[in-house]
Amino acid sequence: MRREPPQRLAHYGPLFFPAGMLTVFFVVPFATMIAVSFFQRQQGGFYTPAFVFDNYARFLSLFFGKVLGFSLFLAVAVAVACVVIGIPFTYLLSRSARKIQIVWLVALLSILSLSEVMIGFAWSTLFSRTAGITNLFVWLGLMAQAQALTPSFGAVMTAMTYQAFPYTVLVLYPALVRLDPTLTEAARTLGASPVKAFLTVVVPALRNTILATLIMVFIFALGSYLLPQLLGRPQHWTLSVLITDQAIYQSNMPFAAAMAVFLVLVSLALVGLALYAGQQRQAK
Amino acid sequence: MSGLNLSHVTKQFGTFTAVNDVSLSVPDGTFVCLLGPSGCGKTTLMRMIAGLDLPTGGSIELAGADITKVPTHKRDLGMVFQSLALFPHLTVGENIAYSLRIRGVAKDVQKKRIDELLAMIHLPGFADRSVAKLSGGQRQRVAIARALAISPKLFLLDEPLSALDAKLREAMQVELRQLQQRLGITTIVVTHDQREAMTMADTVVVMNGGEIRQAAPPVDIYRRPADSFVADFIGQTNLLPVVPDGAGRASVLGEVVEGIALPTGAAKGTLSVRPEDVQLTAPGHGAISGTVTFVRDLGGAIETFVEAGGTQVIAVCSPRNRPDVSVGQSVGIRLDPATSVVLAR
Repeated sequence: MRREPPQRLAHYGPLFFPAGMLTVFFVVPFATMIAVSFFQRQQGGFYTPAFVFDNYARFLSLFFGKVLGFSLFLAVAVAVACVVIGIPFTYLLSRSARKIQIVWLVALLSILSLSEVMIGFAWSTLFSRTAGITNLFVWLGLMAQAQALTPSFGAVMTAMTYQAFPYTVLVLYPALVRLDPTLTEAARTLGASPVKAFLTVVVPALRNTILATLIMVFIFALGSYLLPQLLGRPQHWTLSVLITDQAIYQSNMPFAAAMAVFLVLVSLALVGLALYAGQQRQAK
Repeated sequence: MSGLNLSHVTKQFGTFTAVNDVSLSVPDGTFVCLLGPSGCGKTTLMRMIAGLDLPTGGSIELAGADITKVPTHKRDLGMVFQSLALFPHLTVGENIAYSLRIRGVAKDVQKKRIDELLAMIHLPGFADRSVAKLSGGQRQRVAIARALAISPKLFLLDEPLSALDAKLREAMQVELRQLQQRLGITTIVVTHDQREAMTMADTVVVMNGGEIRQAAPPVDIYRRPADSFVADFIGQTNLLPVVPDGAGRASVLGEVVEGIALPTGAAKGTLSVRPEDVQLTAPGHGAISGTVTFVRDLGGAIETFVEAGGTQVIAVCSPRNRPDVSVGQSVGIRLDPATSVVLAR
């Protein structure tokens, strides 16, 4: 189909509404936040308009550096875990009977209807000493005594992976369904075992989809602030937790804004880097 | 015994029998075409030979070893798929060398083999190209080269040429046959195109309803079909009823034809006569009488449609022997027992 470029201003009409929404609900608040991040904080919870770098300077400390580093590490770990579990799962799902696919997809979609609070408390119950899964292990004879698995890094990872998993599957599913099933059969006739065929054909053929999924889950996980608090120790708290703390409990809006801007910039830089690396490999 | 041997191979999907008790022996170095209409079980049979589907009964032997339950990747075969299934993320050279890479062959050996195979398929210097940028015929050749990279014991092709246009397909048929003869590799091709099967095969295996109806060299399949399905499926044919007359002699369309007898032990039969073997003469003198209903001049051949005893008989002549007939004219039909076959079913 041939598409004419828009000739008159009226042709851009359909774009006005989304552009307006984006401006009102994204550009304006974000711009406000950037502005506030340079404001001068007043003792007692207020701030006055100014242009100072104090807030950013305060952020450049070992403590906040560690928190930022942990936040990025956690987001990357969740993204990798989701993709590593999600690809074989979605691959098997896309090759199974239609009925089974529907049941699984409905179950996964229903996870999306759960709020982060519910997911957090459900997992903290499951990981508790009194009512948790370790009681089941004791009953099965796998463990001697029930124990608490939370708070811990593992609990945070598990709940966050659980929360992001449906998105992972939903992004991977169309690509895997569209993948020609004869590709793996061809690999098998050429001497690759099913696992090797999966690793040498399915995974590389889906490289771009996998990269997109990693980025999506990474950004999704970077914003998480409730699950680390519910299931982790203070050293497992993310930058988002500190931002909330500064904004709401310490009433230090300029500093919270500065941290948020910094987080956005760092994640944008990482995404850009990932895309650039992907393109480099594509070009090769 | 060497070569490929199928004995009593059966495949059921639920209650549906896709392949029913098929036994076939393919000697080393022969070219076999599995030919039949869609749904006849030919692709399922090939997938079982490749190990992509497991038979529900029977056994498959390759070079003397039972491979019925050997997984695909341990069968050392080469297969070309209908979709070609070239790996989109690999270059032409990497596609061809895939089976070598999987087997851990050294890089320089791989490179040498790629060059050899690219020369064989007349695409030298294509190693670093992306498969997405190839034409249909080139992709076809790359798929063939990839399947042959390890010099497999068995070369399987599932409807390999169906995606190509008619002219290229004819050229590739000849090329594929020449390649097979040069390499002397045992080859099995699945096709629904009888012309393709006749061009390439040493043995044509005609299948229908999950069973082998006839396995024979192309000329025999054409000249001596085993039953009316084969006669009708391969080329054009006239199937005429053969019934006994009052004296018990075989009669075709109301005339007793010298040299044609009923099949032994059968009350009636079917006579298969190729249109080019039907002779049109003047009516009477013991010829079957009929009326011309249509004449079709195709330039290279002239088809005359004759209605005789309620059955339509088609006669084909070359333009040099153009019959002097017109629609509505009464003509005689002569059948040569030497070129016609009486079939029991």
